[in-house]
Amino acid sequence: MKRITVKRGAYYDSVFLMLATRGLKGLAGVRDAIVAMATPMNVELLGDMGFPSAELDGLGPNDLVVAVDAEGDQAAEAAVKEAFESLTKKKAAEAAGGVAKVGSLSAALARDPDANVAVISVPGAYAAREAGKALEAGLHAMVFSDNVSLEDEIALKKLAVSKGLLMMGPDCGTAIVNGKPLCFANAVRRGPIGVVAASGTGLQETTCLIDRYGSGISQAIGTGGRDMKNAAVGGMTSLLAIEALAADPATRVILVVGKPPAPEVAAKVVAALRASGKPAVAHFLGAPVPADEATIAYASDLEEAALLATLLADGSNDPATARTRIRDDSGNDRYNRPSKRAIEAIAVAEAERLGEGQRFLRGLYTGGTLCDEALFLAHAALGGVRSNNQTDPAWTMADPLRSEGHAVIDLGDDFFTAGKPHPMIDPAARAERLEREGSDPETAVVLIDVVLGYGSHDDPAGACVPAIRAAKAAAAARGGYLPVIASVTGTPADPQGYAGQIAALEAEGVVVMPSNYRAALVAIEIARIAAKGGAR
Amino acid sequence: MNAKPVLALFNAELRAINLGLDSFAANLDREGAKAIQVDWRPPAGGDVKAIAALDAIAAGTKVDVEKANAEAVRRILAAEPTVIGIGVAKDVVPGMEPDLILHAGPPVTWDRMCGPMRGAVIGGLIFEGLAKTPEEAEKLAASGRIRFDPCHHHDAVGPMAGIMTANMPVWILENKAFGNKAYCTLNEGLGKVLRYGAYSSEVIDRLTWMRDELAPILSKALALHGPIDMKSVIAQILQMGDEGHNRNRAGTSIIIRELAPHIVMLDYPKEKLSRALAFLNANDHFFLNLTMPSAKCTVDAAAGIEGSTIITTMARNGTEFGIKLSGLPGRWFTGPAGVIDGLYLPGFGPEHASRDIGDSVITETSGIGGFAMAAAPAIVKFVGGSPKDAIDVTMRMYEITNAESENYRIPALDFRGTPTGIDVRKVVETGILPAINTGIAHKDPGVGMVGAGLVKPPENAFRDALVAFAEKYAKRL
Repeated sequence: MKRITVKRGAYYDSVFLMLATRGLKGLAGVRDAIVAMATPMNVELLGDMGFPSAELDGLGPNDLVVAVDAEGDQAAEAAVKEAFESLTKKKAAEAAGGVAKVGSLSAALARDPDANVAVISVPGAYAAREAGKALEAGLHAMVFSDNVSLEDEIALKKLAVSKGLLMMGPDCGTAIVNGKPLCFANAVRRGPIGVVAASGTGLQETTCLIDRYGSGISQAIGTGGRDMKNAAVGGMTSLLAIEALAADPATRVILVVGKPPAPEVAAKVVAALRASGKPAVAHFLGAPVPADEATIAYASDLEEAALLATLLADGSNDPATARTRIRDDSGNDRYNRPSKRAIEAIAVAEAERLGEGQRFLRGLYTGGTLCDEALFLAHAALGGVRSNNQTDPAWTMADPLRSEGHAVIDLGDDFFTAGKPHPMIDPAARAERLEREGSDPETAVVLIDVVLGYGSHDDPAGACVPAIRAAKAAAAARGGYLPVIASVTGTPADPQGYAGQIAALEAEGVVVMPSNYRAALVAIEIARIAAKGGAR
Repeated sequence: MNAKPVLALFNAELRAINLGLDSFAANLDREGAKAIQVDWRPPAGGDVKAIAALDAIAAGTKVDVEKANAEAVRRILAAEPTVIGIGVAKDVVPGMEPDLILHAGPPVTWDRMCGPMRGAVIGGLIFEGLAKTPEEAEKLAASGRIRFDPCHHHDAVGPMAGIMTANMPVWILENKAFGNKAYCTLNEGLGKVLRYGAYSSEVIDRLTWMRDELAPILSKALALHGPIDMKSVIAQILQMGDEGHNRNRAGTSIIIRELAPHIVMLDYPKEKLSRALAFLNANDHFFLNLTMPSAKCTVDAAAGIEGSTIITTMARNGTEFGIKLSGLPGRWFTGPAGVIDGLYLPGFGPEHASRDIGDSVITETSGIGGFAMAAAPAIVKFVGGSPKDAIDVTMRMYEITNAESENYRIPALDFRGTPTGIDVRKVVETGILPAINTGIAHKDPGVGMVGAGLVKPPENAFRDALVAFAEKYAKRL
């Protein structure tokens, strides 16, 4: 059958038309085809080929003709469709590789209609607006920005939940979705453990330790600090994330990490974990640790949380069985917990060389949750530690710039970062502080974190080295010795290189512990020995 | 709760849109995830009122904006601009009278007119025989006995000063799809010309010759040729290195090809026919006065659609830049005319430049000109020097438009259609302003063209229009 389709007033260049013609001739069921402008010559040609000339009457050179000789209606229709598609085909001129740049969220959506997550780090005053637009467009949102109001957070999370979308943040520093790092995150192996975390470096520390234990992460969802803590937010994101992980076949164990939730939120979170049908681990920093339930293990620190999650994912189906597999650090260094003796041995070796008057612990942190973990441990063990993160007003630092007694300081706190980059991005402020603590003759031990991963400084260990050297030299000049205890939060796959970061610290005489928890224990022990007058 | 969308995310390839710190996008890219970086700026430059208007429109309007815009864009794309003849302004242009002078841009009074526009008014009055000397003309113009009105209020457009008087010959275009017409004077060429504010005897003599000899010749030749389908001619020139505003060499050549066989058949002395052809040949921009009314009758068909945020007019008078929205017919939103970032003819520099002037930005309004910059590698010098810069200009315009032309296509973009249908919401939201190509007039009357380049329209005109739109259409503001 011979069919003619006309589009009037549509000029196309001849090269285009020849290409379209060639494309049609290759189609199944098409005997012959011409895509051409209706010039007198082409009209005559079509007539000669036996196409109905009546349909060509009155056409001119600015009218497009698609003439198809096909075996049947279907083939003819397909050919005509193909002809118009090939002529109107759009192709965005994409930059060769790399990240495409556009001017707005809607332009980005036009460029990639299949986009599924918006990562938002614009100034807080605008972040809620962009997040709202992203959610309205059906995207999950991760809001890195802080300074988003509580009302905005609640409104955004209600909107998100109504659409079944994840609203991570505001003030959400990290997440790992489908194995890809969002904002500050480490290159962690994929595996069976799904994480819901209301704290940035808490998520980083647990996921890195899980990687070290040989397990991996299915998803790690950040929620933002207020999600569980604030009753009005009510854990909306956490609860949705738990439900999704419960239904996710790739997730075998759910790990929840955060600061202590509001009581009613805690009840909902625990209920959701019970209802998940999967073994779970929960760790709320600084809160009393409840006894394990049938399917929920309550961990007392980040390291234990990571270890219990790993064991539950590795064949132990319940918390009780999992705990029986944990060994003291003697010999078994895969699934172990530090013994008091081992920590003391390390601490004593360092404390031996302390000088007269060296008495206090000084923790200098770039990661907020890591700071909290050390602070809570030290505050309980040493009978009072000052901090800008203290929940007890009696121990809140009057002046965060000046250390007095035992002090554990969060250098990523708003007090330090107003108008400056976060110390995880630029560790210069921490290095300065480290050098200053070293010049204080009362400093007995310096405790630091080194956080690797995407988003962090290229060489956070290296950035501390000159300050460590100077601080140690100053102590030696006074006839003492300055122990520096560190942990490195990272994996071998992180861009900074895990082994190299540790080696750089050890070369300066830094004691590098395998977790923040252990580093804090060692530092606390040194401070305890110092306080007892252990220094000779 | 409904966790299905989250599970869908877990099972999909992660495709991120990153707003803010670009290292986050770079990290995702490095980890093999798809990421698009939004070069984020505060919406509406942080203007609280404009942001509130954007949000109010997004929250709900009395008329469906998307539907209204789809109709506006449909009409722009369906337009069939066609040259149907040449007439005398007073005979064909609606409302044209002997005491009326039409000018470019939004309304402006004599006392606020810039130098080139005053010069062109002086020339126009002399051409009409209403004044004998420039002094007499100035006095008459200031006397109140001459009325001034924008070309745009009379279905017309004019390049640069855009002065049209009663006895000037004009092109008549008809949008065959909708039946509306548009008018424009014939292009006088470069150098000392009326549209740049020159009014010496050489200028007046040329205008007189155009009226008495050129226009009749072209009119008769056009009658023999029949109507010219501008849509297909513009489609062709975009594939021949013109963008439809600052470069008109291909378009002018096509018009000569179309008319020449008929011109030579006319019953005129050979010298006169030759002079007419030579005039066309010597004036690269002859075609501009055809693209402008083509664009005008194209976008006019989309004016006055309830609830549409599509921009249907942009124009400048050397003092102010103004726009109109489809959904707010009859209202101009203006801001100060911009300073042109351009390249200058020998002997001239920015200190000689008049501010942005002319109705030729109607080409951009319709989706060609600066919007089709990627089609015109020969004039990339205006946008930074390399074809890549020209492509970038066009690519940015896709972010503030709602459609792509089905007919006007750009070879360098793999024949992608030109960005069409400027949405004022997108302009305000992104802060991406329409890219406008333009000529530069000398700031003093009587000198003429001193260069060409790109100009940024004033952002406040777009914000004001958006706020007014929200006031009229938003359910709550």
